Amino acid sequence: MSGREARLTQNPLQKIWVPNVTSRLLRRRGSSVPQFTNSPTMIVLVGLPARGKTYISKKLTRYLNWIGVPTRGIHHACAISALRDVCSYFNRQEGQVAVFDATNTTQERREVILSFAKENGYKVFFVESICEDPQIIAENIKQVKLSSPDYVDCDKEEAVADFLKRIECYKLSYTPLDDDRDRNLSYIKIFNVGSRYLVNRVQDHIQSRIVYYLMNIHVTPRSIYLSRHGESELNLLGRIGGDSGLSPRGAGFASALCTYMRDQNISDLKVWTSHMKRTIQTAEALGVPYEQWKALNEIDAGVCEDMTYEEIQEHYPEEFALRDQDKYRYRYPKGESYEDLVQRLEPVIMELERQENVLVICHQAVMRCLLAYFLDKSASELPYLKCPLHTVLKLTPVAYGCKVESLFLNIEAVNTHRDRPENVEVDRDPEEALETVPDHI
Amino acid sequence: LTPVGVSLQSLCMTNCPTLIVTVGLPARGKTYISKKLTRYLNWIGVPTREFNVGQYRRDYMKIYKSFEFFRPDNEEGLKIRQHCASAALNDVRQYLSDEGGQVAVFDATNTTRERRMTIFQFAKQNGFKVFFVESVCEDPHVIQENIVQVKLGSPDYTNCNTEEAVSDFMKRIQCYENSYQTLDEVLDRDLSYIKIMDVGRRYLVNRVLDHIQSRIVYYLMNIHITPRSIYLCRHGESELNIKGRIGGDSGLSARGKEFAKLLSQFIAAQGISDLKVWTSQMKRTIQTAEALDVPYEQWKVLNEIDAGVCEEMMYEEIQESHPLEFALRDQDKYRYRYPKGESYEDLVQRLEPAIMELERQENVLVICHQAVMRCLLAYFLDKTAEELPYLKCPLHTVLKLTPVAYGCKVESICLSAEAVNTHRERPENVEVSRRSKEALLTVPAHQ
Repeated sequence: MSGREARLTQNPLQKIWVPNVTSRLLRRRGSSVPQFTNSPTMIVLVGLPARGKTYISKKLTRYLNWIGVPTRGIHHACAISALRDVCSYFNRQEGQVAVFDATNTTQERREVILSFAKENGYKVFFVESICEDPQIIAENIKQVKLSSPDYVDCDKEEAVADFLKRIECYKLSYTPLDDDRDRNLSYIKIFNVGSRYLVNRVQDHIQSRIVYYLMNIHVTPRSIYLSRHGESELNLLGRIGGDSGLSPRGAGFASALCTYMRDQNISDLKVWTSHMKRTIQTAEALGVPYEQWKALNEIDAGVCEDMTYEEIQEHYPEEFALRDQDKYRYRYPKGESYEDLVQRLEPVIMELERQENVLVICHQAVMRCLLAYFLDKSASELPYLKCPLHTVLKLTPVAYGCKVESLFLNIEAVNTHRDRPENVEVDRDPEEALETVPDHI
Repeated sequence: LTPVGVSLQSLCMTNCPTLIVTVGLPARGKTYISKKLTRYLNWIGVPTREFNVGQYRRDYMKIYKSFEFFRPDNEEGLKIRQHCASAALNDVRQYLSDEGGQVAVFDATNTTRERRMTIFQFAKQNGFKVFFVESVCEDPHVIQENIVQVKLGSPDYTNCNTEEAVSDFMKRIQCYENSYQTLDEVLDRDLSYIKIMDVGRRYLVNRVLDHIQSRIVYYLMNIHITPRSIYLCRHGESELNIKGRIGGDSGLSARGKEFAKLLSQFIAAQGISDLKVWTSQMKRTIQTAEALDVPYEQWKVLNEIDAGVCEEMMYEEIQESHPLEFALRDQDKYRYRYPKGESYEDLVQRLEPAIMELERQENVLVICHQAVMRCLLAYFLDKTAEELPYLKCPLHTVLKLTPVAYGCKVESICLSAEAVNTHRERPENVEVSRRSKEALLTVPAHQ
């Protein structure tokens, strides 16, 4: 073993310590999250039409991308094209997971996929959705099939009947995954939209996470309300972070929020806040029980806590520029990055999936992360999502996505959104750096 | 209104307490699962206790004669076993209803539908949710290994030789086999349960009702029994360690670098195939790992506890500038949160994914920090919240943890005596009014 001395440098953007010397140990560039994967994984959906395969595929893809696992959905009727896409995604585009959304209802078809995966050193995990409840199937058809181009000029009932006949065709050749014959495969069978699961041979970390996620999602209609705390004293001063209380207008917002939520008339609403004074003060005005999550605390700005952007530019101009260069991965010295925030928020997302009606009172960066999850925004878009004060976002799952209703509660507040300036170079002038700073006291 | 400062854990998971009921023939790992699950739930902050009916029987009977006691036609035996189960359920009721328990694990064979119904009714009457955990296994090797690991050493078999004990135990299993009714997909479709088949190769999960059941399922699906060892150690001695300063992100001292080399030799000598090495994202753990010359993963969750405004201070300085905080910390070191920093309680929440991944993995070396190592160790050794912050985790000492029977064997290997001591004991006087001298009584020596 070498007694090699570790000379480390901290990469300026993510503040990750990496060895100076070129190591013969091939290592991926510093990442804020350990990569518990080696081989790429193919997730293969199995099931008759209208069993929620596409719903599951899209949701799973969205979740995996959000937690930082590059994932793509593969949609091709032709297996060969699909598998070619998978190869390209894994080999040339650094994909980690490919979700193959098709019926894959015959053993033969699945064999083709398994051979292909074996040849290429990919892992395979099957997700089979089994449902015989006619009501669920009919609802499914109405929600997502009727809007398809196939049924554009059809009467609803006719379309449903036609689609049911389509399903019958598949049924003839459908071989579900078999407990005995397929006992060496890795898979999860989902019965009746999640009342029962059969899980076989989970191979690794990512499959374990996928199983956990699939077991926590549901299709019960509900709404998720996202909002920031009311305007705070530090907001008014243009200062970031800290733990200040509400300004008078912020308190006004809290009352308005109370009225709004009451009018929404939701049975059994859960209310969540962070551990910071301003979200708790906001929740207090609602007069209902609420739960505090430390995980919902605002991004830790480290040495820049409580500073104005002008002060950051003055004391840490290089940091300020680096942040503009890659706002998602940039970590404040002794603080966090958006990338860190996403990891921190994952249990919150998991619990949001389990829950039904929830109001989350949080913070700007936190809300951006949560919103990015629901609206499938990329890492580059996420840190610039607009989440103004005193505005409630009501998210309602519909079909394969999320309907967003934005409601400004009509109480004036300072703007805290700083757009990416044009010049992000370290050698830029202070004016260029501060161009997009919103007004404050 | 919700009390301020209550963590999500206790709220999300409560309304009704939960009764977990094991199901399965003898030697299927029910007690192993019960104890492990109890340990995990307590560690994440959910008050949990296990109730082993076999233990009630041993306490009642004092002496175990033979498998005949378990014969289905032994009326006397049946009466006593019934009595013991009732006594255990009574204690369950007391724990969940009167003593603030959140989860009770009722560990018995519960192999008939009738028996399970009785327990279900009991739970319903008392307002408890029920979740069954069944272990099904027909692999004779696994069962044999089970018997060797945990039955032979049982008080039931102290005066038997191995052959006698194994033979008797196999006959004991047979007593249950005829009347065994496994949880059925159709007949038991309205119950909440997980059926674990062949030590985790396959799972059947039915009607998970809530957050805690979901967490339990996730945990049970991640644990395994493949023999392996977990090595815990801190980074080598750091520059700030020498100065008696807490936190920060300094590099290794000369002695720390020396330790890294010794660690490298130690690990090589252990001859472990496929060892995973994890570090935090702080310089001192990474420098230590670099000396091993093997791939390692950096994990932010393994970063040392954030001391907030006290970062990089000496205890003497904390006493001077924050005497109130210093006293509060001594009063409840587990729950105390540094201003703008973290508590041990926060640390446990932060480390939960690391524990989950440690359960999934096999041989792992975790190079971390004092408070972090205390939390991880407390999980493996089932230490309470009171004990946790005072566990001894000195520099330059590797703890090798090897699961055995129902617990964990610990070997402590001190690789070098040369390092500053960073362990501060709880002083006698924890009152806010105490004098500086009293506060600083237990501060270890430093430059």
